[in-house]
Amino acid sequence: MSTEEHAATPTEASEWPLEPTNNFAPGENNFIKVDNFKFFYGKKEALHGINLEIPSRKVTAFIGPSGCGKSTLLRNFNRMNELIPGVRHEGDITIHGTSIYDPSVEIIALRRRIGMVFQKSNPFPMSIYENIVYPLRIAGQNTRSVLDETVERCLRSAALWDEAKDRLNDSALGLSGGQMQRLCIARAVASRPEILLMDEPCSALDPIATAKVEELIIELKKDFTIVIVTHNMQQASRVSELTAFFYLGILIEFDNTRKIFTNPSMKQTEEYITGRFG
Amino acid sequence: MTSTAATSPKNFFSDAGKKTSLLRLFRNHFLTGLCIAISLLTLVPLFSIIVLVIKNGLPLLSTNLFTQLPPAPGLDGGGFGNAIVGTLVMVGISLGFSVPLGILAAVFVNEYASVSWLASVVRFVAKLLTGIPSIICGVFAFAAVVMTTHKFSALAGGLALAILILPTILLTAEQALLGVPYAFREASFGVGATPFQTIWCIVLPEAMPAIMTGVMLAVARAAGETAPVLFTALFSQNWIKGIMEPTASLSVLIYNFASLPYAYHIKLAWSASLILVVLVTLSNILAQVIFAPKHH
Repeated sequence: MSTEEHAATPTEASEWPLEPTNNFAPGENNFIKVDNFKFFYGKKEALHGINLEIPSRKVTAFIGPSGCGKSTLLRNFNRMNELIPGVRHEGDITIHGTSIYDPSVEIIALRRRIGMVFQKSNPFPMSIYENIVYPLRIAGQNTRSVLDETVERCLRSAALWDEAKDRLNDSALGLSGGQMQRLCIARAVASRPEILLMDEPCSALDPIATAKVEELIIELKKDFTIVIVTHNMQQASRVSELTAFFYLGILIEFDNTRKIFTNPSMKQTEEYITGRFG
Repeated sequence: MTSTAATSPKNFFSDAGKKTSLLRLFRNHFLTGLCIAISLLTLVPLFSIIVLVIKNGLPLLSTNLFTQLPPAPGLDGGGFGNAIVGTLVMVGISLGFSVPLGILAAVFVNEYASVSWLASVVRFVAKLLTGIPSIICGVFAFAAVVMTTHKFSALAGGLALAILILPTILLTAEQALLGVPYAFREASFGVGATPFQTIWCIVLPEAMPAIMTGVMLAVARAAGETAPVLFTALFSQNWIKGIMEPTASLSVLIYNFASLPYAYHIKLAWSASLILVVLVTLSNILAQVIFAPKHH
């Protein structure tokens, strides 16, 4: 897989990805740290040495024109990009001080600790109930009471409980587009992750469904570190505390969202957010 | 403003240019008619076969056909229950070999190694195998089973049919797996599923209707083939006692009886044709109706 050395501290390496609970200590060490990270699709270099630190329990937005590498970076946090043949990376990404590429990190455990919501809602062709408990079932959890509890907890945290509680055994494919996306959020939090990655979660939703999901994001940041990729600049300014602007595989600017949208330091950022290119 | 903006339809269309020429209209209608006529023409062979088989096969149709053994040459009465059972047994054996192999190979080719050289080789060879004459499958099973066990058997016939339908099952299963949206796999991997869990819990159930369509089409193909079973299972006048015995099949029975000089045997061959056509048609319909992909 990766060829370079990892700078992981051994104590944290054994602790972080293996413990299934949500008792992380808030503070300095709890963030995603991207260290001179480069990513290649075949020969094409999609990310050129990104350096970035994402704080915990805040919403961080990635913005930038299509093809700028924001989704690529997001999908590296849970190593989803490795499903694509012919990719490789240089540099490192650490979470809680542990490199996600450390040999002791199981990719399965990593993905259980980092929930992901995709651009197009992708519920499984099963019941609403089974969709949410899927992450538990594949981990060998089949105790009915635990599953029931998880379904209620997740549907509540995805603000879908009232709409779905009477139809838990109906097919998830019968939900509306916005409900499906919230179901996917519920599924993403079922394994009690710490981090929630959202890859343009509202791009296929109408404004009302979008507003609901945005409310939900603001609600969820109490419990999760959220990174959201969005093309919608208003959305970034509404939901996020921090914004990173990418352009052509380079991180141009990373700052408080308010600063980015009112007084950006870089000319390219200003031109992008005012709509002059992109 | 509104009153002047809208042009009346007549003016609007007269701006479009010259009136369509008669020749163009004629050509249009002529070609449409030709297409319909040719489409109908393709139905002629199918329906004439069905009509002929029903006309000749129906007179002898009774429960005796299913429960009795073929009569000795020159005698009347009896049926071909042993051939129906033999066909079902051999199709069953062939499915026992080819369904697990075909589906697992398709899973490997599509899910595990879609860009590897091995997958390309498997895909290429499977496509080649679909074009192999069915008698070659029979020759192979003859050499592999009949020559080594010194016996004509249902096993040899089943194996010949398995080789015949394996590429069909593999390729349709691969198409079925390709038809499962990547988003399902992504969602499953995204919550920490292993490749095995993703395939077993998500991808295969979703692909199963389409895989079953391929299996049913393979059943139809296997049930109707004569050449692979002709000199592997041979034929038998008696009920099947074990899979290592020579075994009767509908297709070989038709082949044998149709060339006999006895009127009753020829009638039996017609009835066997009817039952075979019904069997094959049923599994085709099953493939397309029952297992038709569910909408999303």
